[in-house]
Amino acid sequence: MAVSPLAPVKTDDPSNTEDIKPDRPWIVLVWNDPINLMSYVTMVFQKLFGYSLEKATALMLDVHQKGRAVVSSGPREKAEFDVSRLHAHGLWATMQHDV
Amino acid sequence: MSDVEPDYPEPRPRIARLGPGRFALEIPEPERLLLRNLLPDLNDLVQARDPSTKRLFPTAYHDDPQKEAEYQSLMANDLAAGRLAAIRTVEQTIDQPEIDLPALERWMEAINSLRLVLGTRLEVGEDLPALDADDPDAPAYAVYEYLGWLMEQAVRAMSEDLTQS
Repeated sequence: MAVSPLAPVKTDDPSNTEDIKPDRPWIVLVWNDPINLMSYVTMVFQKLFGYSLEKATALMLDVHQKGRAVVSSGPREKAEFDVSRLHAHGLWATMQHDV
Repeated sequence: MSDVEPDYPEPRPRIARLGPGRFALEIPEPERLLLRNLLPDLNDLVQARDPSTKRLFPTAYHDDPQKEAEYQSLMANDLAAGRLAAIRTVEQTIDQPEIDLPALERWMEAINSLRLVLGTRLEVGEDLPALDADDPDAPAYAVYEYLGWLMEQAVRAMSEDLTQS
């Protein structure tokens, strides 16, 4: 296959990735902690995200057994809003770029 | 593991759902006294941002100090104000026979804040240690367990409200 003279030039500069994917989603993680009650964490997931009891319980068990779980995702503003509501409820939540 | 089932009944619940958005409070006087003693201390610790309150102000960005600083400058004051308002709500409603849903939410926040601070101070892990009755931490663990018991009742009452309304 002939290479077009207008074909984009490949670059290895990783510093460009932020600009190429400005809308890369964020994920909100909740981390296991020994203080919050399991029943409380489940209820907070139901209350904040409208999850069913089954889904909220499964997420809580993920947090408890695997150490963390992704509880929501989206643009930075939404993720930050979710993190702040989880913090207001005393849960240990962080956010990061989805990878 | 205990080999004798306790032969005393579970104490009456202190917090219970009465109907949609209505919750009964029935906290005996000695327990009200305990809470009245703990809440001003929590208030002072939150206002001083004592290290034991670190679980009340969690980190949002693990790996980005600049975004974390922005987040804290935006949110930390609101978070502290919410904690303090929750403490005031409990202090103001503790003698009432009944509270509404917003008040119950504040009660949960205040009880949970107490547990988070006490748990941080005691450095609790997944399993509570078997303590000697003379251990200087024994009273604090007893309070921690009591607050967990109270919290379970608040969670149960609110969960019933979530599923039935």
